[in-house]
Amino acid sequence: MAEPFLSIQQVRKSFGATTVVQDFNLDVEPGEFVSFLGPSGCGKTTVLRMVAGFEEPSAGKIVVAGKDITRLKPNQRNVGMVFQAYALFPNLTVAQNIGFGLKVAGMPKADADRRVAEMLDLIKLPQMGDRYPYQLSGGQQQRIALARAIAPKPKLLLLDEPLSALDAKVRVSLREEIRSIQKKLGITTIFVTHDQEEALSISDRIAVMYGGKAEQVGTPFEIYNRPATKFVANFVGTLNVLEGTVTDAASGKVRVNAQEVSLKGKLNGSKSGDTLSLALRPEAISLGRHPGRDSSLSGEIAEVHFLGSVIRVRVGIGGSTVSLDTFNSPATPPPAVGEKAEISFSSGDMLVLH
Amino acid sequence: MKSGRFWAWVVFALGAAYFFIPLIATVEFSMRMRRGVYSLDAYKVVLGDPRFQATFGYSVLAAVFTIILGVLIVVPTAYWIRLRLPQLRPVVEFITLLPLVIPAIVIVFGYIRMYGSSSPLPFLASGRGTDALLVIGYATLALPYMYRAVDTGLRTIDVRTLTEAAQILGAGWGTIITRVILPNVLIAVLSGAFLTFAIVIGEFTMASLLNRPAFGPYLQNIGANRAYEPAALAIIAFAITWGCMSLIQILSRFAPRSANRPN
Ligand SMILES: Nc1ncnc2c1ncn2[C@@H]1O[C@H](COP(=O)(O)OP(=O)(O)O)[C@@H](O)[C@H]1O
Ligand SMILES: [Mg+2]
Repeated sequence: MAEPFLSIQQVRKSFGATTVVQDFNLDVEPGEFVSFLGPSGCGKTTVLRMVAGFEEPSAGKIVVAGKDITRLKPNQRNVGMVFQAYALFPNLTVAQNIGFGLKVAGMPKADADRRVAEMLDLIKLPQMGDRYPYQLSGGQQQRIALARAIAPKPKLLLLDEPLSALDAKVRVSLREEIRSIQKKLGITTIFVTHDQEEALSISDRIAVMYGGKAEQVGTPFEIYNRPATKFVANFVGTLNVLEGTVTDAASGKVRVNAQEVSLKGKLNGSKSGDTLSLALRPEAISLGRHPGRDSSLSGEIAEVHFLGSVIRVRVGIGGSTVSLDTFNSPATPPPAVGEKAEISFSSGDMLVLH
Repeated sequence: MKSGRFWAWVVFALGAAYFFIPLIATVEFSMRMRRGVYSLDAYKVVLGDPRFQATFGYSVLAAVFTIILGVLIVVPTAYWIRLRLPQLRPVVEFITLLPLVIPAIVIVFGYIRMYGSSSPLPFLASGRGTDALLVIGYATLALPYMYRAVDTGLRTIDVRTLTEAAQILGAGWGTIITRVILPNVLIAVLSGAFLTFAIVIGEFTMASLLNRPAFGPYLQNIGANRAYEPAALAIIAFAITWGCMSLIQILSRFAPRSANRPN
């Protein structure tokens, strides 16, 4: 692993008696795009604000490019930031907004103008320089805010839920744009979001946060397929959770709703008689028996939702319900509610939640 | 329904009469200086009086300094309260309302006792010092209006986020206040300024007790000793005040929308 560019070390933040961030550790490589993902109130913004310098950590250290910046003022950090509420200066034109940081830094006007034009091209709004923020749509305003943040060539780019005020379509196209600009400039970036799809689709790595801690840090693939904790498994993606009882710890036999499943090597020290939470992603389950799927459970079709190309089926297994997706096939009608059904999966895809 | 409308008009007419009849009577009286015909003689006399010009000029100057002092005190204070000390807002609002409750005469007697020529801060020992004290007193009188106007202006922008956006772009406090905060509350500051102007131009108590050659005492002096001129002066003063009010209206209508409509 390369030398980390940003290193957040053992950071804690308390407001009065309440601790909102604790034991927070994260190393970000140069040029990396890392998302903070977690429910509202878990401390994402607080960590970001400590990196920006708006809050001072109660304990711990923040290092950028080998330099301890923990006590530096925000205006001395050379960090770019994009806010959820755009925060464009309403009295300035688009070009003046983008040039604000350059002017503050004392860049000669001709150079600053050139840089502003370059930024307007980069965000594909070359004609908008003379407009005022109120004349632009939300998506355009947020692109201006991005241009304003990166115009002074900051070492680090911080984005705090930049897309959450936009409507769904703009949200998707703008996140692709942010990612492509970030790649083009190679700027180290932290992106805060509570939207798991957003985080999964554009990040190099994701830090899933809960209760002021980073529950798991990993690539989107790792986070989705090998969630380290129950919280991560539940928060990221749709998950079917089944209760199971260990019947024979040595051979990995677990009883689920009076049927037996083999989970050899995954029990992680559980003893016979322990109750476990077992999880399966919908896409890991098929209806009916299939070759190569070593486990199966039988139940009854509870709900069928025809969604077009995909049919989402919910199957009752004992007391719990399991969701799975099958592709629509014009030749076969979808299953009917109340039919007996069997679901199959590979025991290797089953997650044991701790 | 119909009779409700009728009575509403009656009330309106009564109110308008209460307001306009004395005004019209004053205008009418002010034009009767020349026997038998209406003329503007009273106005000519008033406007041609060197004491009118001197006192009016003095008061305009005092108003300008009062506005500058008020803006310098109120804008940073209101900004800081919104940004960092929102819990102090009720306290500050109460303090800014005090000049409405405490009569100017009390304030000015306090000044005379505090800043006499033998006190550690002898404002009253010189004419310039007394002028300065008068401006300070005027700023106090205008405080409720100035503070309210600026605070209302600040409410229309997201003070905290805009401050942070400027900070992260490298701006210090001076830049933030002059380039981000002040331009966005300029209309509010201007309306506070015109209210201040209207108050200072007509103020009598402070100027008189501090013995300054201001417009208010001149107005009073003329009023006590002449017949037609006071009416003309009253109309002139009234026109100035209304001019200020209309300017506020016009300015807020023609202000760039960018300054009034944050997102
Ligand atoms: N200035 C503050 N004073 C007191 N509590 C705060 C302050 N800022 C944030 N908090 C609390 O810290 C917690 C985390 O907030 P935040 O970092 O904004 O969460 P997120 O961005 O993940 O939604 C919340 O419970 C919030 O109420
Ligand atoms: Mg947040």
